[in-house]
Amino acid sequence: MAAEKDEIKLIGGWASPFVMRPRVALNMKGVVYEMTQETVGKKSDLLLKSNPIYKKIPVLIHNGKPICESMIIVEYIDETWSDGASILPPDPYDRSIARFWTAYVDDKIPALIRKLRLLVKGSAEAEVEAEKLNAALQLLEEAFEKCSKGKSFFGGDDIGYLDIAFGSQLGWIKAVEKIVEIKFLDKEKIPGLVAWSERFCAHEAVKEVMPEADRLVEFTKMLLSGSFAK
Amino acid sequence: MVASAAVRLFGMWASPAVRRVEWALKLKGIEYEYIEEDLSNKSSSLLEFNPINKQVPVLVHNCNPIVESLVILEYIDETWKDNPILPVDPLERAKARFWATFVDVKCREESRKAFFMEGEEKEKAIENLQVQLKALDEELEGKKFFSGDHIGYTDLAVGWMTFWLGVAEEAAGFKANYDVKFPNFSRWIKDFLAEPVIKDNLPPREKTVEFFRAFKQLGSCTKVNQK
Repeated sequence: MAAEKDEIKLIGGWASPFVMRPRVALNMKGVVYEMTQETVGKKSDLLLKSNPIYKKIPVLIHNGKPICESMIIVEYIDETWSDGASILPPDPYDRSIARFWTAYVDDKIPALIRKLRLLVKGSAEAEVEAEKLNAALQLLEEAFEKCSKGKSFFGGDDIGYLDIAFGSQLGWIKAVEKIVEIKFLDKEKIPGLVAWSERFCAHEAVKEVMPEADRLVEFTKMLLSGSFAK
Repeated sequence: MVASAAVRLFGMWASPAVRRVEWALKLKGIEYEYIEEDLSNKSSSLLEFNPINKQVPVLVHNCNPIVESLVILEYIDETWKDNPILPVDPLERAKARFWATFVDVKCREESRKAFFMEGEEKEKAIENLQVQLKALDEELEGKKFFSGDHIGYTDLAVGWMTFWLGVAEEAAGFKANYDVKFPNFSRWIKDFLAEPVIKDNLPPREKTVEFFRAFKQLGSCTKVNQK
């Protein structure tokens, strides 16, 4: 249980899907926090001191103590503010399923996004990588059917651990759709996920922190040109 | 005690990820049926229980499959609450998970490169591994085990480095030199390997070295079929 005079700081960046994860979790718990934005290409002293091993965002600093790695932070938030909405499901088997698919998302999606955002529309390479993303989304569509059990989210009636893990990637999935001009969130192929993605993006805890696809496309152009977005 | 039919573990004798799960089951006193898999000829059961990754270990409890060794450890701790392996405090739990994923992703990556590659790439991997070992060494300052006075989740997660790193070094002809450079880590290795649950649950060393040598000679950089 957190004390009243809690100091909660999040070192992050608006474009990072990994930073979005603890932001959604803190929003779900109704926790007020201060976010510092890292400048792309120049890591702050606070970041280097708080995360010397990885030197990466996000880092949550709770009363001076740093916690690193986005889904570890989400779990920390769930365990610390335990009387708010529960992020992980109560049953150990359901928890293991949420963790498994989160590991799957992290294994496949970010790497594919990083490749796709640099590719040219219509190129053979873009087709190859797009196939892989479509295959991953197809598996996640089946996972959604099983996990949601007919309800709105992977977590059931409300968003949970896996919704946060996967949903945070939606901004960039939409951005790469624009960059390579291939539709990934196709309701003919993955109807469950498309409907879920709309509900996720509209959620109170998500809508203010989901980066807009157009802004991410601009961000990518700036990355490629060597100048950096703030 | 749980009836053995309710808990099954699909594994492979040389796999550190499988041993990690066995150590956790034995620490908790959970009885289980062990099924040895031939990874070159996977059983239909394994493929049914783990269709996505097709890897060991797979824990099956009351017909429900759980895959990914660290996910299995959390499941075991949440299901059988005696002798907890994760700490109670959320900050300590976050630290335990941090070190487990650090070792499983970063240290394993560099160890794999040091094992499979040669020349400059091998040297660079060994250098990176030593930086990682230094971090682990510092984390152990003033502690017998990563988890404190008794072995716990972090020790089980890092545990592959106590035996399989040495095996990889011998099979691939490199040395990370932790016995010379990292006294806390070296001391932890000895203490960990002396624990009854651990020392009675390791594969035979010579056979494992031979296995790794043969694996390296296959010359491929593909993942070992375990996670």
